[in-house]
Amino acid sequence: MATAALAVTDEIEVLLPGSEAEAIEAFGDGKDVVVVGGGTIVVPEMTYGRLQPRRALLLKDAGMAGMAEDGSRTTIGSATTVDALVGLPAPLGPCAANIADGEIRGVATVGGNVCAGAGREAPRGDLQGALLALAASVRSAGAGGVTEEPLEEFLPKRRERLVLGISFDRPARGAFAALDRPHTHDYTALAVSGARAGDGAVRLAATGGGSWGVRLPSAEASADEPERAGAAALADVDPRDDALASAWYRKKVLPVLVRRVLTELEEVA
Amino acid sequence: MNISVNGVAYETESSPLTPLLDVLREELGITSPKAGCHQGGCGACTVLVDGEARRSCILPAAYADGAEITTVEGLGAPEQLSTVQQAFVHHYAAQCGFCTSGMLLAAQAYLNHGGTDDPSGIQEALGGHVCRCTGYLKIVDAVAAAARGELFDLTTTAVGKYTTLTGGGVE
Repeated sequence: MATAALAVTDEIEVLLPGSEAEAIEAFGDGKDVVVVGGGTIVVPEMTYGRLQPRRALLLKDAGMAGMAEDGSRTTIGSATTVDALVGLPAPLGPCAANIADGEIRGVATVGGNVCAGAGREAPRGDLQGALLALAASVRSAGAGGVTEEPLEEFLPKRRERLVLGISFDRPARGAFAALDRPHTHDYTALAVSGARAGDGAVRLAATGGGSWGVRLPSAEASADEPERAGAAALADVDPRDDALASAWYRKKVLPVLVRRVLTELEEVA
Repeated sequence: MNISVNGVAYETESSPLTPLLDVLREELGITSPKAGCHQGGCGACTVLVDGEARRSCILPAAYADGAEITTVEGLGAPEQLSTVQQAFVHHYAAQCGFCTSGMLLAAQAYLNHGGTDDPSGIQEALGGHVCRCTGYLKIVDAVAAAARGELFDLTTTAVGKYTTLTGGGVE
């Protein structure tokens, strides 16, 4: 294990911006820069030599943490810790509480989780599903300057951008269901988030159903019929085999989680 | 960077990206935080950073700059164990000992935040810590006893008779 510690060397240029503007400037077009939010994903990747950046952008002093409310709109800074979300209403609060344990959540950041990709042996980025269900938008920087776009459009290019903040409207009702984890160091094999807007529209999304969080539009189309919606959701996912579960198992369980979420959304609709 | 470990100030030379665990073990020679998995999954490396339990193996050193770090040596001394350390001894909560320093510090953070003897709360607080000896029940019992503020005269316990933790030697 001692050799593992040698992978993080002094050869990596460390950037410590003191403000969001400095972070945007330091990130530039994102070439050869790895962003370190809390470090919970990035540091082990560097420790084991799987990630060897030329430059590392540490956000700890950039003032990019915090949550703000503006009417029904919530905005979360990218350096906000996952732990800060735990008390929020479903689906985001319960989803955050289902990530790792308190020691990790107290350091891991929202921006880091949103930008996480599938790990070698497990899906990652649990918040992606909950934020997709909330129709969140992402403000980010990179080539072309600062932009804001729906999370769905952002996710495929998340590795090329610096997340600045995430915004969403509070739903009338939310729900979250996940496969139990045998231990907190396990990632979640499969989770489904749902949100019902004030006009009754339902959005559903899953984590663990593909390389990153995916919406479940086929299930949404049958949202009033949970049984049917559960079966329909299979058309929206492309799960893979990994150390946590097989694709076959995920397909077996997805309809159950979709039904649970829709049933919970219905209970007080 | 400047960090304080158990009240002693250090100026460190490691890269700001170096995991805090490696700064403690390799640069400062403080080896009670253990390098178990080196990826945040086992809890053997947990220390207190300004009173909060943190996995030092995945925390960049820059994130501890200016902070007060507490390792297990900062909890108590062999002749004056802390409440939670006493409870671990009394309840046989340490077996091979590899996870013990992380368990103790996570337990101390739990107690510092008003944790009670409710087993579910203890399990939640220590849920990220792996004991390869599988001594979880005794660990939960010990933390519960510490939460109740129980103190033990370790010289009268079986453990006290057969260890030198209290300076009593083997009888």
